[in-house]
Amino acid sequence: MFQTLLRKRDFYAGGLMTLLGAGVTLDSSTYDRGSLTHMGPGMFPLMLGVVLTFIGVLIFGSALVTPLGEDEHILPRQKEWRGWFCIIAGPVLFIIFGHYFGMAPATFMCVFVSALGDRTSTFLGSVLLGLAITIPGCALFSLVLHLPFPIFRWGF
Amino acid sequence: MVTTALTDLWFGFGVALEPHNLMWCFIGVLVGNMVGVLPGMGPLATISILLPLTFGIPPVGAILMLSGVFYGAQYGGAICSILLNLPCHPPHAVTCLDGFPLTKQGRGGAALGITVISSFVGASWGITEMIFLAPVLVTVALKFGPAEICSLMLLGLLAGSTLARGSPLKGVAMTVIGLIIGIVGSDIETGTPRFTFGIPNLFDGVEIVALALGLFGIAEFMKSVNQLSEVDTKYTKVTFKDLRPTKDELRRSWGAMFRGTIIGSLCALIPGTGPTIASFISYATEKKISKTPELFGTGMIEGVACPEASTHSSVQGDFIPTMSLGIPGDAVMALILGALMIQGIVPGPQLISEHPDIFWGLVASFWIGNIMLVVLNVPMIGLWVKLLAIPYKYLYPSALFFVCIGVYSTNNDMFQVGETIVIGLAGYLLLLLDFHPAPILLGFVLGPRFEENFRRAMLISRGDSLVFIDIRNHPISAFFIFLAVMLIVVQLYVRLRKPKALLPELEMNAKPNAIAPVEP
Repeated sequence: MFQTLLRKRDFYAGGLMTLLGAGVTLDSSTYDRGSLTHMGPGMFPLMLGVVLTFIGVLIFGSALVTPLGEDEHILPRQKEWRGWFCIIAGPVLFIIFGHYFGMAPATFMCVFVSALGDRTSTFLGSVLLGLAITIPGCALFSLVLHLPFPIFRWGF
Repeated sequence: MVTTALTDLWFGFGVALEPHNLMWCFIGVLVGNMVGVLPGMGPLATISILLPLTFGIPPVGAILMLSGVFYGAQYGGAICSILLNLPCHPPHAVTCLDGFPLTKQGRGGAALGITVISSFVGASWGITEMIFLAPVLVTVALKFGPAEICSLMLLGLLAGSTLARGSPLKGVAMTVIGLIIGIVGSDIETGTPRFTFGIPNLFDGVEIVALALGLFGIAEFMKSVNQLSEVDTKYTKVTFKDLRPTKDELRRSWGAMFRGTIIGSLCALIPGTGPTIASFISYATEKKISKTPELFGTGMIEGVACPEASTHSSVQGDFIPTMSLGIPGDAVMALILGALMIQGIVPGPQLISEHPDIFWGLVASFWIGNIMLVVLNVPMIGLWVKLLAIPYKYLYPSALFFVCIGVYSTNNDMFQVGETIVIGLAGYLLLLLDFHPAPILLGFVLGPRFEENFRRAMLISRGDSLVFIDIRNHPISAFFIFLAVMLIVVQLYVRLRKPKALLPELEMNAKPNAIAPVEP
């Protein structure tokens, strides 16, 4: 019984919502609640927290009563670790390179690394795509839209 | 009444035909049509990417462009559905059922031609509806006090979260999360920072662009990476000449077009039932009243005309509650409302009288934009068809760059980019747990106004929480609450009677080819 429950998606979905709701409720109790007439900043979050906890419990409860579905995997059948990693790594590198080296290196690293996430992509193809986006992209944002973000800088 | 509406519309055309606005409208529909065609890109992601770029242009231009992306994408999405059997845009999922068989029979071009005609018919009706209905709604809505606004928002949020895709319970959970994210930042009245974890960058609240791009950009890319199969371009050679439908096909489509239009325009008025539901309902209706229902799914031109007309009439009609009441029906409308708010315009019933240029300019631009789309789609069909073949592996890295730079440009601050990454990861987790994150945006946009009106209503009523259902003094508010309760009761009833979704058969039919995983 408990084993089946642990495999259900709604078990985790409900649990997550309950936890979030409880967290919001607890945190909002640190703000001034005021009275019903003069509500303080804490009243509305408190209400939302309680509602979310309640909904979380309901989702959790529906996991208890419904039979195990066919497709209850939380992660998709094909684990795209490489794709997921590259898609997150792209913007992270954009932040780092943008902070220290400027727009052009940031753009190139972002596009290049995230392009590597596709299973069929090659190193050379990703470099070319990176260049193909970087040059017009920087021209557009820096020269046409005048974004205050230097194309190159040395930010140490 | 009619004369005022027509004079206002005349004024609107004056606004929309100004060279600048014409240009923004054109860019909008062009980009929209493009992303509609590209498999794996949606209007939501595109509007969020373009949103930061509109900060520098006047509000009218910004709204014309962003709306253009939305309805432009509907034209493009149909091409994708009919020629490739890829329902990458939910409203066009049903169009695949009969559109693709037609393509296989070599009548794909005619199906596209009919689509363009029915889209235009549907859209025109939706626009007309907006011209006459929005001012009426406004005269009613201007009498609303805080209690009425609050109840109406509650109704809108409930409808938006329970009638959309997936489990209603999970939809409500997402809306509540959106409301909570909307709280982040300084309290309007007292200035107390809430849920900021002591981070000064969060005192202004979560950036709408970061939220939208995290949920519909990064999270979607993580979901679709390596999942979109290489498209089959076997049937995609369509030229201008193929678009002309035969007389018989035209004759059979008229009725379907008309019925689809009506269904779509009705669906648009109920918040939460956007174009997707409209197209499903109209297809089911068309099949039911047809003399030969068994032929549906084998390439009936009615099965293309009807859902397409209803999609477009509903897409235009969706703007009615958004612009006249300030209550968005779905995530796209929430984004457009967010764009207005960024420009410093308060959404709500006073919008039409305070900013007639925005409202009437928008209405007029719908017509201009739809004409542009017909012109873009008919002679240039060959070009759009070529776009179908752009693989996803080039698309998402480029889109990620626009995500990063777009979020950065909102405040010229790398913190927002980090915020987007975190939201994206959380959004992907929610997707994995079978949540649909679109209602988050709805809650987020309405949240602050909801809280403000709620507090005000309670202040006026001296802390009496029964004010919302007080039939004697606030009959309208009580009516909205009654509708909200009915909405929940009916859904519970339907769920308990039929545990599966309302249209299981259609959904099953539309799914198989949706996003076929690549075989390793």
